[in-house]
Amino acid sequence: MQSTDIRQPDYFHKVVDCQWACPAHTPVPEYIRLIAAGRHADAYMVNWKSNVFPGVLGRTCDRPCEPACRRGRVEETAGHPPEPVAICRLKRVAADNKGDVSALMPPPPKSKNGKRIACVGAGPASLTVARDLAALGYDVVVFDGEAKAGGFIRTQIPRFRLPESVIDEEVGHIMNLGVDFRSGQRIDSMRELLTQGYDAIFVGCGAPRGRDLDIPGRHEAAKHIHIGIDWLASVSFGHIHSVGRRVIVLGGGNTAMDCCRSARRMGGESVTVVVRSGFDEMKASPWEKEDAQHEGIPIRNYLVPVAFIHIEGQLCAMQFQKVRPEIDANGRRQLLPTGEPDVEIDCDEVLIAVGQENAFPWIERECGIEFDRWGLPKLDPKTHQSTVKNVYFGGDAAFGPKNIIWAVAHGHEAAVSIDKMLHGEDIQDRPLPATVMISQKMGIHEWSYGNDITDAARNKVPWAPPSLTLNNIKVEVELGFDQNLAIKEAARCLNCDVQTVFTLNKCIECDACVDICPMDCISFVANGEESDLRQRLTAPALNLTQDLYVADGLKTGRAMVKDEDLCLHCGLCAERCPTGAWDMQKFLLEMTHAGPGCRSGAGLTVKVAA
Amino acid sequence: MTYLAKPKLHHPSLKPNKVGFTRRDYEGRISTLCAGCGHDSISAAIIQACWELDIEPHRVAKMSGIGCSSKTPDYFLGQSHGFNTVHGRMPSVLTGAYLANSELLYLGVSGDGDSASIGIGQFVHSMRRGVNMVYIVENNGVYGLTKGQFSATADAGSKSKKGVVNTDSPIDLVSLALQLGASYVGRSFSGDKAQLVPLIMGAIRHRGAAFIDVISPCVAFNNHAGSTKSYDYVREHNDSVNFLDVIEGKAPIEVEQPADGSLIEVAQHDGSILRLRKTDPDYDPRDRIGAMNFIARHHAKGEVVTGLLYVDPDAVDFHQHLGSVGTPLNKLGTAELCPGPTALDKLNASLR
Repeated sequence: MQSTDIRQPDYFHKVVDCQWACPAHTPVPEYIRLIAAGRHADAYMVNWKSNVFPGVLGRTCDRPCEPACRRGRVEETAGHPPEPVAICRLKRVAADNKGDVSALMPPPPKSKNGKRIACVGAGPASLTVARDLAALGYDVVVFDGEAKAGGFIRTQIPRFRLPESVIDEEVGHIMNLGVDFRSGQRIDSMRELLTQGYDAIFVGCGAPRGRDLDIPGRHEAAKHIHIGIDWLASVSFGHIHSVGRRVIVLGGGNTAMDCCRSARRMGGESVTVVVRSGFDEMKASPWEKEDAQHEGIPIRNYLVPVAFIHIEGQLCAMQFQKVRPEIDANGRRQLLPTGEPDVEIDCDEVLIAVGQENAFPWIERECGIEFDRWGLPKLDPKTHQSTVKNVYFGGDAAFGPKNIIWAVAHGHEAAVSIDKMLHGEDIQDRPLPATVMISQKMGIHEWSYGNDITDAARNKVPWAPPSLTLNNIKVEVELGFDQNLAIKEAARCLNCDVQTVFTLNKCIECDACVDICPMDCISFVANGEESDLRQRLTAPALNLTQDLYVADGLKTGRAMVKDEDLCLHCGLCAERCPTGAWDMQKFLLEMTHAGPGCRSGAGLTVKVAA
Repeated sequence: MTYLAKPKLHHPSLKPNKVGFTRRDYEGRISTLCAGCGHDSISAAIIQACWELDIEPHRVAKMSGIGCSSKTPDYFLGQSHGFNTVHGRMPSVLTGAYLANSELLYLGVSGDGDSASIGIGQFVHSMRRGVNMVYIVENNGVYGLTKGQFSATADAGSKSKKGVVNTDSPIDLVSLALQLGASYVGRSFSGDKAQLVPLIMGAIRHRGAAFIDVISPCVAFNNHAGSTKSYDYVREHNDSVNFLDVIEGKAPIEVEQPADGSLIEVAQHDGSILRLRKTDPDYDPRDRIGAMNFIARHHAKGEVVTGLLYVDPDAVDFHQHLGSVGTPLNKLGTAELCPGPTALDKLNASLR
């Protein structure tokens, strides 16, 4: 294998599994250390810069970081499987305890640059574009049909998961930059918007149409059947105050989980979730399924809706066909009827949460914006540019329903494109993220990070008592970690951003690092092809998604090979190294955001391979 | 020196051996030696060898004297018996322990100061008596704990870190052990575990005095240009005479014997087989006098001869020499220990 080029920003970035997995690439270990140090405001700002909505995301994020967390691969706990660090809920700790951060926020620009940007929809994608660009002096106008900005964050997420004050505060930080929010102005014609002379238009209107279920009885019993996302919005706005006694929620995604838990709080005594697929295949995050079950809501799987049963429009039950999964000849999973009699479940009300569709009835086809056969706009996946060069898409409107953190990531990328385009630059030519490596050595055996690996198991977030939460939809269920628990949980972080950096010409091949490494990550072996090398190491490197760090050309002709997969970043290799060939260096990655840093002449402009 | 305990977490591929322990279970406390010390690699080799041989930790007694090397038994086999003796007196204490209980595995760990200077008399006698033990000298040629003076094994002409050239003749412990009758003699290098681990395994399986001289660079005081015990020097001058494989079990894997006799198999008394692949065609590890000559000739050329240098599979150990009881004293009952007046009379009569 070739020696690893550690100057490539991606190499060490991948080692920080959480940060690599995060669409916005938030520097997770960095803010966890700040939380452990009690520097909540600083931790909040690290987040804010990267993901714009730390308080919201700390409660609602889909947390792609957690399944990626290295702790989930290395931990050994008595009785239960290894668990990742509770990254998401630590983020909330920073938001809860930050105090007044107004002085840390960027001030509104003193002068404007004369460029006008329109954002359609006031959800997380548009608001991210607005934040990134308004601070640079752009005139950003955000249009939304609702009275308050926030989009799905405000309308879809029930209050018992996300209090409105958190939304108000974080949307407020953006509005304070001088963003012009036009409430109650739903854009219903792209053609018209295009004539208004905006330099760029960003479409972040979400995926606002819930999929319906066209089966017998749907039409007749319509009064008692609702589309989940519309129903959640009505609940959120206070248009709906109660629900039937017996409720069925159809669907296995996070919206279904929000629906059932909301129904439980609005008088639904018997709420049942019914899903076509099996429990493990459900789209909802595991913790959301757990939370629903924890509140006494049964989830019934492998039932396909057949009909709504009603008596003259009065809904009384639903009929389901029993199915079982089977893998067909093409390896695809199919649901086949079991042949057993259909199941009937009594109900007074049904919430349909079987998916969302994008709908752009307001974009006239003659505008030049092309759509693919799934009804999604044709976009450059990197720049988010549509087939009309000054119109960009992001969030759920771009590639179909995802989640908040993806919307934020899209917003950042679109803002970079817009900023570059309006400076007359090639928007494909995007600088790589900037990286900084800093040695963490403080003394002979001291590092500026905690390298003592704790065996502690994941801490549970305390909940408010169900007697309180099940009776009032506005009482937040999770209380969040207190500062004590937060410090304990933060200590579980392995500091994967503190990298093991190897300097070839300092190594005397004494084997001290090989002997001390608790995970047998380090080997000194004859070089070879990767597949062969992976088998010949001190311990086999079986996780192919994780790189080998290779430094070839030692004095004995061997190569140093380190398997990054299970490294605890404990720094013992560096402590036992007599010559400093190993050093623990903190890797900080600065994503390229809109501003001078994304433009050419910013110094290092490297062409990103397509 | 490291302050933190080594994390308990380990690689998922780590397997338990036949007695249910993983390699990590054979570790001891974290080393307090200087970073990069060759001794730590030797500790790691001992850990590996004991794991591979399914040694039960509580059947091992680690004996040592004083010095950097003699501290190391704290850093491996944390669940074994141990005894840090007086400086240079480890061989006597080990001999006494062996006489009292021959059923333990005795692992003597010493250094060039402990064995070649203050304790050389003890070293000599434990070798010639054929005490059943594994005697490892972690040989760095300097007194590390007192800031790097030459020890008795430093080669003449070797330069100290301060620039002083050694003019005294060196003691070659391997040659000494051969001359004194040690029945398993090897030399290795802390930076070459592929060679060292099988040598230790063979020594553990050997009955009789097994001696291994391990050159173990002192990174603090003897790893510079001009030293003959540095990583670079030993790597450049290493003359390995054979590769050793220790094969256990009733039915060893058959291999084709090359016609040139480059493969030698030596069966030890416990059934294990030492399979040696010669890298030097002239070297026969069953010839004690030939070995002594070979080592002397090559040493004169500045080469460091390593490998399994001599083995006598038919060696007789100390208990057999003495005709003493092989059963551990703690297992002898009153009947054996006080056989009564008839037995005494018989003994007395035999001496009249």
